[in-house]
Amino acid sequence: MVNAGDMNGSGNLMDFLDEPFPDVGTYEDFHTIDWLREKSRDTDRHRKITSKSKESIWEFIKSLLDAWSGWVVMLLIGLLAGTLAGVIDLAVDWMTDLKEGVCLSAFWYSHEQCCWTSNETTFDDRDKCPQWQKWSELLVSQSEGASAYILNYFLYIMWALCFAFLAVSLVRVFAPYACGSGIPEIKTILSGFIIRGYLGKWTLLIKTVTLVLVVSSGLSLGKEGPLVHVACCCGNFFSSLFSKYSKNEGKRREVLSAAAAAGVSVAFGAPIGGVLFSLEEVSYYFPLKTLWRSFFAALVAAFTLRSINPFGNSRLVLFYVEYHTPWYMAELFPFILLGVFGGLWGTLFIRCNIAWCRRRKTTRLGKYPVLEVIVITAITAIIAYPNPYTRRSTSELISELFNDCGALESSQLCDYINDPNMTRPVDDIPDRPAGPGVYSAMWQLALALVFKIVITIFTFGMKIPSGLFIPSMAVGAMAGRMVGIGVEQLAYHHHDWIIFRNWCRPGADCVTPGLYAMVGAAACLGGVTRMTVSLVVIMFELTGGLEYIVPLMAAAVTSKWVADAFGKEGIYEAHIHLNGYPFLDVKDEFTHRTLATDVMRPRRGEAPLSVLTQDSMTVEDVETLIKETDYNGFPVVVSKDSERLIGFAQRRELILAIKNARQRQDGVVSNSIVYFTEDPPELPPNSPHPLKLRRILNLSPFTVTDHTPMETVVDIFRKLGLRQCLVTHSGRLLGIITKKDVLRHMAQMANQDPESIMFN
Amino acid sequence: LHPGCEFLFPQAPTMFAKCSQNSVSPVVLLVLLGFLLCPPAQASKSSEDIRCKCICPPYRNISGHIYNKNVSQKDCNCLHVVEPMPVPGNDVEAYCLLCECKYEERSTTTIKVIIIIYLSVVGALLLYMAFLVLVDPLIRKPDPYTQPLHNEEESEDTRSLATVPTPAGARANTVLERVEGAQQRWKRQVQEQRKTVFDRHKMLS
Repeated sequence: MVNAGDMNGSGNLMDFLDEPFPDVGTYEDFHTIDWLREKSRDTDRHRKITSKSKESIWEFIKSLLDAWSGWVVMLLIGLLAGTLAGVIDLAVDWMTDLKEGVCLSAFWYSHEQCCWTSNETTFDDRDKCPQWQKWSELLVSQSEGASAYILNYFLYIMWALCFAFLAVSLVRVFAPYACGSGIPEIKTILSGFIIRGYLGKWTLLIKTVTLVLVVSSGLSLGKEGPLVHVACCCGNFFSSLFSKYSKNEGKRREVLSAAAAAGVSVAFGAPIGGVLFSLEEVSYYFPLKTLWRSFFAALVAAFTLRSINPFGNSRLVLFYVEYHTPWYMAELFPFILLGVFGGLWGTLFIRCNIAWCRRRKTTRLGKYPVLEVIVITAITAIIAYPNPYTRRSTSELISELFNDCGALESSQLCDYINDPNMTRPVDDIPDRPAGPGVYSAMWQLALALVFKIVITIFTFGMKIPSGLFIPSMAVGAMAGRMVGIGVEQLAYHHHDWIIFRNWCRPGADCVTPGLYAMVGAAACLGGVTRMTVSLVVIMFELTGGLEYIVPLMAAAVTSKWVADAFGKEGIYEAHIHLNGYPFLDVKDEFTHRTLATDVMRPRRGEAPLSVLTQDSMTVEDVETLIKETDYNGFPVVVSKDSERLIGFAQRRELILAIKNARQRQDGVVSNSIVYFTEDPPELPPNSPHPLKLRRILNLSPFTVTDHTPMETVVDIFRKLGLRQCLVTHSGRLLGIITKKDVLRHMAQMANQDPESIMFN
Repeated sequence: LHPGCEFLFPQAPTMFAKCSQNSVSPVVLLVLLGFLLCPPAQASKSSEDIRCKCICPPYRNISGHIYNKNVSQKDCNCLHVVEPMPVPGNDVEAYCLLCECKYEERSTTTIKVIIIIYLSVVGALLLYMAFLVLVDPLIRKPDPYTQPLHNEEESEDTRSLATVPTPAGARANTVLERVEGAQQRWKRQVQEQRKTVFDRHKMLS
């Protein structure tokens, strides 16, 4: 039992011998962490381990294990993320084909796997084989004709509805946090916010399972954003196994940054792009140590995925292309046009999607999430089936659009008029005039483009896991391919125009429409997410073509400029603002000339600041103060007269400390004096035992003076990750500024002229 | 970590704390997935797992054809795979220039194992969901003591006070009761999440 003690003097020793208050140091749900405290706790822990490591061999080994635990966590994250991505890819492959038919020899094969060993495939019908049958063939033994088409159509819709309904039910019953993309919430978590359960095990399981279901149901969404969430859940799970990370929220966020990199790495097969994405888009603080560890996690994840080999050709992504035909300077003009298109589309998408999501939040539309998913799936399936470009999965569509047409391609898009005497090798086919198939393909692509643009606005943000990379890339690829075919035909039919004469001779392979599709995809993705370097690196890792960096950069830069002209926020920042998360963006600039007095609380006319005194309040006073207010913490001053600041005490720790003291320490009653000094105050005899709470007091709270410009204050909050900051004047405590006050002030200022001077 | 873990095992930095039924099942499934996938990745390749696929387009008066053959990667070229050769000897080189040969491999055991595991996970979740939605409300009598607590759940202080672990002496529950308690806690957590996301629209728009 703890003896509360020697009143005289051995205060410091008793502090160490006190039992640590339980749960001190953990945070409440939906609160911000204190970065400085986490960092200092980690430094303390490290110092303790280093000093103990000199004592014995066992302690030395423990210190080595502690140092390596970071790398072990990265390894485990990479393995699990790669495995889950492989599972998702294989399951999506199978279930997407399940909507159209089934493999009779072994039901777990997708269409391509079923026909793998078949000898009956011909050049014209290279997709057909007898083992794989469409539903109409299976049920009514007819494969052509109107009734077969209608039956296939009907069953396609039924399967899509079944998958979507199952997905939304699972999300609703087991893990409501598994819906959405996950990246806005992960950005907020990495900036220091706590959302308990968002990276939990059930969320991980449900998100993996339902992601397969929704992608297979044919909805216009992707799996890259949710894969980042899945990887961060893996990161959270493994970091909870090691006390170095489980007890320190700041260190845990380093692990989560690396896990996000692993997530993007398996989504795109781009380890370097993944690290850059984590650096640019997702992470808040990214120390250099995390850079190397993220790269390791991303590599391990990519390697694990490759060894599972979901696509049967040792590639990581379905649309890996590998041509090296050069591009010409004059083609920069259509590339820049595609960049402008990407920027415009990005702006349109963000505005419409945010408006629709705001509708969902505030009106009755939000009360019917399951019905909404079912209606959108039905609409998507009904409109998508007739058009062959929307009937197949979006990844396959992008793959076909990225690929260049050789002599072997059988798709309509490659229905060029061939010269029968041609004997050129496969990858050097010259430009050819378009056949009728190409024209009908262009019409279908145009319709598919309009459809995708419209339906993605309503799909992103529903209560199912939904990502946005693949639909954006699809929109861009479709637009790019159409522009590419247009330029190609223009170059073929008018090869004597000045523009083409220099670089495009008849009989040469000048224009590659597949490259235009890639550039379009990069432009649209950049317009929506406002990624810069990471986008270019991901695209060139996807294609393996270093010579295409300049067109990709041109398109990405153009789309970012055009999109930024209309609005500064990318889609993820827009969703953060829509939901009101306390995220202090490092990219926002604060240019107003307000001072700390304008933002601090209490304002003029409000109740004075609730403070604790250092040794003149009783336990009952403190409890009343806690009950009557809901502030997160209280400054501690010398006395009510001289408001000189001593420190800052957190609400949660006060509650726990008082509760603990009432239970454990003898003699602590409601009339006991609470003191925060080293030595107890002078008390009259027969007064109850005082309660020392110096242990929970933060003796170094951040303070600014009342005339500090808000620019500096915002900078301090951003760079140090503060939760609150005290405002003093001549040493006297005036007020407090919390992170929420800063955010509200910035929002308020954004609606006003930055030059107007605010002195109130 | 699952808050239930902190309640049941307050001194637990153990590696695999099997805290509650509800955190065991996802963990076990994940571990199972991980370990079951390592053997298939190194499984010996059966004959139907590798192939060399050569696609040859129409040439002069010969129609297009696809050739599959089960050869190793170094033999995967037009000369080894295209049999019988449809053109006479002096045209073989021109014909083979047009053909494209790719070496592909796959692992049928991996595919089979993954799909079957996935379907069983989905089936298990479906059954559990049916149990929770249909059967559970019937067998549980509504507890009069839990009703007033629902109103107080809004207050953070009572919640934070409630999570302080009780001293070790009060832990006289049987395993079944502890599992029950953990499941109740999990259900409350999910309900809270559902309120935040679906009803109040506080998060995730």
